Amino acid sequence: MPSPIIRIDSITKSYGPLTVLDGLSMDVMPGEKLALIGPSGSGKTTILRILMTLEKINGGHIEVDGDQLYHMQNAGSLVAADERHLQKMREKIGMVFQHFNLFPHKCVLDNITLAPMLTKGVAKAAAEARAMELLDMVGMADKAKSMPAQLSGGQKQRVAIARALALSPKIMLFDEVTSALDPELVEEVLNVMRKLAAETDMTMLLVTHEMGFAHDFADRVLFFDRGKIVEEGKPDDIFRNPRQERTQTFLRKIIAAGHRV
Amino acid sequence: MIDWSGYIGLILQGALVTIELTVMGSALALVMAFAAGLGRLSHFLAVRTLATVYIEFFRGTSIFVQLFWVYFVLPFAGVTLTPLQAGVLALGLNVGAYGAEVVRGAVRAIGREQHEACVALNLGRYHRMRHVILPQALPLMLPTFGNNAIELLKGTAVVSLISLTDMTFQAQVVRAQTGSTLIPFATILILYFAMACAISAGVRWLERRGSRGLDGVRV
Repeated sequence: MPSPIIRIDSITKSYGPLTVLDGLSMDVMPGEKLALIGPSGSGKTTILRILMTLEKINGGHIEVDGDQLYHMQNAGSLVAADERHLQKMREKIGMVFQHFNLFPHKCVLDNITLAPMLTKGVAKAAAEARAMELLDMVGMADKAKSMPAQLSGGQKQRVAIARALALSPKIMLFDEVTSALDPELVEEVLNVMRKLAAETDMTMLLVTHEMGFAHDFADRVLFFDRGKIVEEGKPDDIFRNPRQERTQTFLRKIIAAGHRV
Repeated sequence: MIDWSGYIGLILQGALVTIELTVMGSALALVMAFAAGLGRLSHFLAVRTLATVYIEFFRGTSIFVQLFWVYFVLPFAGVTLTPLQAGVLALGLNVGAYGAEVVRGAVRAIGREQHEACVALNLGRYHRMRHVILPQALPLMLPTFGNNAIELLKGTAVVSLISLTDMTFQAQVVRAQTGSTLIPFATILILYFAMACAISAGVRWLERRGSRGLDGVRV
């Protein structure tokens, strides 16, 4: 039995008086595809943002790939991580955002090569060759020289996925990556993610409202409500046979809103 | 009948001094604007404080007083400057303080998503600023930088008070010698206006270049 690649140990997170996560613990195994579902405000996106070090935690511990994320060893005791430690940890993790967050002043190719060249010292030619491979994989090789403003939402998101992959993270976080897309563009992004799941052994955490996709994609589904894991299990169990009432209510609402399961 | 050509020549010599002051003053102002503007965004309290004190002090006192301090008071502290150096220093520091707020505002205007993308791609603070934030903030700064440069151009007239023979100084000399007010002051009116137009045109050209490829992105 391998050990978990992510070990979240009773973390708390609050914004002022509002507690978003309250003593949450969960493990993720290497290569696991995890879907986080639940109503908005349930804390699922916050977990991804915490793993990407975009939000700090107020308490608890997180271990990623054997190292503490927000803490480090200093003279035998565990202290808060400094920027250098965080940079080292971020190498293991990549994230794709709801609103793509491409760099608007750089062409598609430069969006992808920027970070490998600056953070890993990859030579320009090698970075571009790798970027073209990735663009080919997401079906965007012909747009390498386009500016982000010239792309559709689905195309932008495929570029954003390629950009995150260029750093070869062990863990990929997908934060509602299709929520900002027009309905007809959702499928092209989901197809890329299916391919990714099939062809790599990367660990993936996915926050989504696409229940059908979550069902096909995930090894395990976690249903969140009010900062807690209400129910977790195999996709079939959660979607076909939810045991908790809150899960049932949530899924009914989602189906009523026109999402297929 | 007055032979105007000699007098106009005098004013044109003054115009060269004015241009010199404007160009050098703007260069110093630009450096100060970025140093203090980015300084105010620093993570270090000391740097932030220093930048804030500079900005507030130079915005809060008049260019006239600053110029007199630089030229007439600094010598008591052992620093003697030529009128041109004093003029460039006072103008650059004064306008740089305004520019610093422009830099800070433009950098702050770049959305949080861009910063978050940088964190997710593990870009350090320097790379973030240099490759992602500033290239997007620069086009936002340009229109106001244009304003500031024109303000600086017009501000150069005060250096005539420390005996620098700029355009306004020469116009006053011509007025004293010929008794005519209309001709010299009409001449410098036109010249100042022409210089301001040149600055505007230059900034517009930079804006067009800087926003290439960003069509439809600007908010």
